[in-house]
Amino acid sequence: MLRLALSVTVVAVLLSPLVVHADEVVVYSARNEHLIKPLFDRYTQETGVQIRYITDKEGPLLQRLAAEGKRTPADMLITVDAGNLWHAAQSGVLAEISSPVLEANVPANLRDPKGRWFGLSERARTIVYSTERVQPGELSSYEGLADPKWHGRLCLRTSKKVYNQSLVASLIARHGEEGAEQIVRGWVANLAAEPFSNDTKAMEAVVAGQCDVTIVNTYYFGRLEKERPGIPLALFWPNQDSSGVHINVSGAGVTAHAKHPEAARQLLEWLSSATAQGDFAGLNMEYPVNKTVAPDPIVSAWGTFKADDLNVNEAGRLQADAIRLMDRAGYR
Amino acid sequence: MTGLALRPSVKQGLAVRLDDGPWRWSARLLAISVLVPLAVILGSWLYFDPQVWSHLGDTVLPRLLLNTSWLIAGVGIGALLLGVPLAWLTVMCEFPGRRILDWALMLPFALPAYVLAFVFVGVLDFAGPVQSGLRALFGLPAAWSFEVRNTFGVIAVMTLVLYPYVYMLARVSFIGQGQSAYEAARSLGLGPWGAFFRVSLPMARPGIVAGLSLALMEALADFGAVSVFNFDTFTTAIYKSWFGFFDLHSAAQLASILLTIVLIAMLVERHYRNRARFTESGRNGAQRRIHLSGRLGLAASLFGWGVFILAFAAPVVKLVSWALAVASDLDSRYLDLFLHTLILGAMAGVLTVAAAFVLAYANRYHGDYSTALSVRVGTLGYALPGSVLAVGVMLSLTWFDNRIADGVEWLTGRDIGLVISGTVIALLMAYFARFLAVAYGPVESSLERIRPSMRDAARSLGAAQWETVWRVYLPMLRPGLLTAGLLVLVDVMKEMPATLLLRPFGWDTLAVRIFELTSEGEWERAALPAIGLVVVGLVPVVLLVRKSGR
Repeated sequence: MLRLALSVTVVAVLLSPLVVHADEVVVYSARNEHLIKPLFDRYTQETGVQIRYITDKEGPLLQRLAAEGKRTPADMLITVDAGNLWHAAQSGVLAEISSPVLEANVPANLRDPKGRWFGLSERARTIVYSTERVQPGELSSYEGLADPKWHGRLCLRTSKKVYNQSLVASLIARHGEEGAEQIVRGWVANLAAEPFSNDTKAMEAVVAGQCDVTIVNTYYFGRLEKERPGIPLALFWPNQDSSGVHINVSGAGVTAHAKHPEAARQLLEWLSSATAQGDFAGLNMEYPVNKTVAPDPIVSAWGTFKADDLNVNEAGRLQADAIRLMDRAGYR
Repeated sequence: MTGLALRPSVKQGLAVRLDDGPWRWSARLLAISVLVPLAVILGSWLYFDPQVWSHLGDTVLPRLLLNTSWLIAGVGIGALLLGVPLAWLTVMCEFPGRRILDWALMLPFALPAYVLAFVFVGVLDFAGPVQSGLRALFGLPAAWSFEVRNTFGVIAVMTLVLYPYVYMLARVSFIGQGQSAYEAARSLGLGPWGAFFRVSLPMARPGIVAGLSLALMEALADFGAVSVFNFDTFTTAIYKSWFGFFDLHSAAQLASILLTIVLIAMLVERHYRNRARFTESGRNGAQRRIHLSGRLGLAASLFGWGVFILAFAAPVVKLVSWALAVASDLDSRYLDLFLHTLILGAMAGVLTVAAAFVLAYANRYHGDYSTALSVRVGTLGYALPGSVLAVGVMLSLTWFDNRIADGVEWLTGRDIGLVISGTVIALLMAYFARFLAVAYGPVESSLERIRPSMRDAARSLGAAQWETVWRVYLPMLRPGLLTAGLLVLVDVMKEMPATLLLRPFGWDTLAVRIFELTSEGEWERAALPAIGLVVVGLVPVVLLVRKSGR
């Protein structure tokens, strides 16, 4: 009896995913579960549509989508960073969709011109400085951090993180390869410590006095501020007289071989709508792409800034150049 | 002197035996399921694009190779210096604390390398409590610091995480060896050190080498721990090609170079080992441990506890303090996470150890050249970075799955979709391909210590083939099989890339949870699932010790 029960269980476990649901959307997501699940739960509650998802890094998810081809169960791909979105579009796994709703909700520089992906939240990569050792007047721009006056005062996260690759790609777009390389070489010369494995570590080094200034995504700053109120750090919005603050996105697209393309498009439209955008961005203290929605109060308190209006697609296109450049400049 | 332990090899059978067939074929079949994903990776050479290569060669590759060499040399020496003496002490000697250390020294294995790396850097780096505390205590200037994110730091962390491989496999060897060889050597006039270095150690070589090669393969393939240190190794180039340049082909080519190096190293070691034999005269009777008293006992005790505290107790205390701060994260979902982690680990453990036994047995008693080769290549999966192997498995499975669906569609006109992908079967195949080496090491090195005449004796006494295996071999191999099972179980529980890529919807494990939290930099919150891994990992460790203890 026990044996029978056991074998039934084993077979059920082995074959469990084969049960197909009619009213559902299947999502492959490179955005974390705890940033998407609350929204999915709400959507299911409101519409009755079930959402099944797996999360992984972009690279493996894209390979899986491509390998599964026309039989993929995935209807939607959610990922972070312009480079990844650009590459997903290039590799042909995303469908071109036209939706007046999405076009109205998502600004033109935050989506693919052909409608293969749409930005859903904006993340600003900006300068953080020590309020104990830096006067905001000393700061000006990303480029300015290459100035010798920051020698031994700069901390950076590793160049292997895609956020820095996008930032340098935007420098290439503005200054050309040679100009950008000069800037990056200046950064490297100013480093106070080996590049850090994440933004939080770089900020902690500033707090501890290892260096005075670093570059991070604002939500990491928000998270640290929440954990340790009164921490002697502040945000600085650079390049306000020139290109503006570097912007990256998380975004999503409908897959080329979606089994539920209509349902997927509706989910995407809902995620960009005023009802969902507050949570989508707010859960991670990011900025909503939908400009009718105000950011989370903590985020609003950081003030407004001029953002770089370069289409984030450009950063994706130039990402490989940016990595090569950083390797040449010795930025690890 | 070697006459005692090492005898020249004798060709085993004179004629091909009738029962060779099934063993050989099952061995080949098992090996093929590992070979296919590896072949997919080697197939990347069909798409050679010199661009990425020349860029890497011009800029970062020389440093990466140098770093990798340092890492391998350092971790190799470190793991041997910790693993072998500790195994010897806990198996052969008696000293204060031995009973606890015997199993406690396996525990660091339950901590993923990147978790220990994160704790280590978090505590000891410039901004961490140690350096900040020292500055505050002695009024040192803000600029005073020492660097831990360097070659030495990486080697230290990797050694602490990986020595258990050497420890556990050497332990199995020493248990099998018993005291008799050592005592015979002593009675023939060798001193304690002479007996250890000239008899016990050479006899344990298969186990030690198997453990060492697992440790080194893991160090080579590691990406998580080295990236916490921002220490660039060869694996960094692989990931850079894939995630940075979106060039999976170049990444796979780089990975296959890694494979080739490992294969050559294994063949060289094998070549020298083949001249020696490591058999036992039989299971030993009552054991008399060497009693270390006074200073020697104290030194042994300090050594054992020191390693245990550095590699396990201290980091776990830190993890617990982080986990307590986010205790509210602990919800009913964790029950599922525990369950999935254990089920997957146990299924993969049983499957992989059974396969490893078939391979090792077939290779030892029914082997021909092609069996030996497929076994060798089949156990290479562990040297590949996890993500690369996971994609290799995924690509071959999906291809196969698509062809099945094509066939059915052609026959019946209905598209049944993908049947295997997205089920637990896919995941188990990936674990199998990755961890066969882990199970094979302890099983094979235990098997090598049993003399072939044992089998012939059993057969000549009328035992059937299965009876010989069941009643003679399995009991004798028990410590080895259990160790293999434990290694696979814990490795699967820690495994991340394949689990992420191939898990069925909703089949999240503790490692998946760690990924979710760390990928957005919430390392402290990830302490909770990491502690979960340690707790789940304790179960099999305790089980192993109780079953294999003496």
